[in-house]
Amino acid sequence: MFRRRLPEWFVLLLPAILVIAAVVLIPLLFSLYSSFTPYRLTRPSSLWRWVGTANYERILTDAKFWSAFGRTVLFLTIVLNLELVFGLGIALLVNKVTWGQRTLRTVLMFPMMFSPILVGFQFKFIFNDNVGLVNNVLQSTGISDAALPWLVDEKLAMFSIMFAEIWMSTSVFAILILAGLFAMPRDPLEAAKVDGCTAFQTFRHITLPFLMPFIFIAMTIRSLDVARAYDIVQIMTGGGPARRTELLWTLMARTGYVDARMGLANAMGYVSILLSIVFTVYFFRKLSAARAELGMGG
Amino acid sequence: MTEVTLSNVVKKYGRHQAVHGIDLAIADGEFVVLVGPSGCGKSTTLRMIAGLEAITGGEVSIGGRVVNDLPPRERNISMVFQNYALYPHMTVAENLGFSLKIAKRPEAEIERSVAEAAAILGLDELMERKPAELSGGQRQRVAMGRAIVRQPDVFLFDEPLSNLDAKLRTQMRVEIKKLHQKVGNTIIYVTHDQVEAMTLADRIVLMRDGYIVQVGTPLDLFNQPVDTFVATFIGSPPMNLLAGEVSAPDRITLGEGLAVPVPASARGGLRVGQKVQFGFRADNLMPVGHAVEEAGQKAQLRLTVTLTEPLGTETLLFTEIAGTEVQAKMLNPRPVTPGETFDFELMLDKCHIFDAASGNAIRS
Repeated sequence: MFRRRLPEWFVLLLPAILVIAAVVLIPLLFSLYSSFTPYRLTRPSSLWRWVGTANYERILTDAKFWSAFGRTVLFLTIVLNLELVFGLGIALLVNKVTWGQRTLRTVLMFPMMFSPILVGFQFKFIFNDNVGLVNNVLQSTGISDAALPWLVDEKLAMFSIMFAEIWMSTSVFAILILAGLFAMPRDPLEAAKVDGCTAFQTFRHITLPFLMPFIFIAMTIRSLDVARAYDIVQIMTGGGPARRTELLWTLMARTGYVDARMGLANAMGYVSILLSIVFTVYFFRKLSAARAELGMGG
Repeated sequence: MTEVTLSNVVKKYGRHQAVHGIDLAIADGEFVVLVGPSGCGKSTTLRMIAGLEAITGGEVSIGGRVVNDLPPRERNISMVFQNYALYPHMTVAENLGFSLKIAKRPEAEIERSVAEAAAILGLDELMERKPAELSGGQRQRVAMGRAIVRQPDVFLFDEPLSNLDAKLRTQMRVEIKKLHQKVGNTIIYVTHDQVEAMTLADRIVLMRDGYIVQVGTPLDLFNQPVDTFVATFIGSPPMNLLAGEVSAPDRITLGEGLAVPVPASARGGLRVGQKVQFGFRADNLMPVGHAVEEAGQKAQLRLTVTLTEPLGTETLLFTEIAGTEVQAKMLNPRPVTPGETFDFELMLDKCHIFDAASGNAIRS
């Protein structure tokens, strides 16, 4: 017999290898390869032209890309921090509730149950210049005499998108932090009271350090989530007007599908993956450190 | 001077009353142990003194100051919890110094106080460890150290030893007693373990169902229990109790016709026909030849041993009197096989008579 038998470990791993190859590896390699070609969706043959790092060179000097990159980082930072603050506040309040807490916890999750597309539509109408609720209220109460361009002005439009994003996802923080509060041992809190802490000092020195691992888990999950923000933005402003609210994913989608320059879009994808990796590594480091603080092991 | 006074202190949870109007005066520097079975209200009482539990009625004062409405931090107390309650994210040193840091004391003073406490409790080697890296006994010592550092008026201990194994418990018991002798503060200590209560307390407060049953020195409670509950709760093994009836002014009949003379201490408090419980400790029923040589009124009983528990310096003998199992003690023990028969001496002067209906001790 000439045929060599495959090693046993390989045979045993084969199903997993095949699945991973089909689902992750091949698309990954394909997109990586295509980022070195001028691949256009409308001209499949362009896939076979190798242009080396031309796409990457182009991106590195592309002001549009870097402003979208910067805007995404800003968006992430503001949204994550505000969601943390609101989520923490909500969790602390809900934790105090003694009657109807289960119901409240369910209600808390409602915004997460909507499709982001629908949330986008909802806020698009709420912030609409002419018929939107916000302008309506502002004008009828006399706070503002002119209609504010909520979705047109650069700052206001970013604010509106952030508002929608925060409205939809703050409960992720709230729920995770609430889980932390439920898991919190009562004794150290009482010990702190006896040791002379005021309510705020107890929170600052005892409760908060205990919650840090939960906060960083929420941060990690949400940073991945927010970094791929697309649907709400696409619906509310479409990245416009005039790219004022362009984030990485709206830019990539526009480049890939509207302009049909998939090779370039893929190159953008690989550059911006760095952002997600940086955020994830950062929060994971923080998470391990916080867990080690509590003696929970790395 | 920090005496602690409780007057008519009541705790209610909704309609359930946990503590029924307790009165207690604890002197400065006294070591008082609240003891009782679980659910007797002892921990609740302690937590009301600490300020962790609102007081439904009555008054608690510490050092002459009514503290009912003061938060714990203004009562100048320290508390050691059953589960240690250490701050998991702080090192031992930070745990010890936390209360002083909160009080914004100068850095040098904090360091000195922490070092002193660490020296008293032998924690010097552990200062940089986190609680998760400590054993149960070490955690307990840190918890005590944290209490000492504050230099409080009153120490409160809430079942501090119940999570430790038997050997460590005995060791820590001694350390707590030493600590009291060293610092001399008022200590209020809650436990369900009567041995801890007996060994530690200047005075024991025995509670049941939210009431105080008896207050006194350990020997008071041991020698003069006010009722059958105290008699069986304090002392190991628990006091033997036999049902009986007063058949003549100076005789009590136990079970089927076994008559014993009424101990002098109870004579006069009895009437003929009264149902009673006749109580005595294992130490007061011993086989002749293996007993304490002591003068006094004795009764002789011939009994068969059913079971033995050798403890080394003594052996517990299980036997039956009038159909009820009782425990006797054998000093200078020799090997005994179940089924052996001995002549026992019952020290009548040390026996107790309780009213069968109320359980209260009858003394003339």
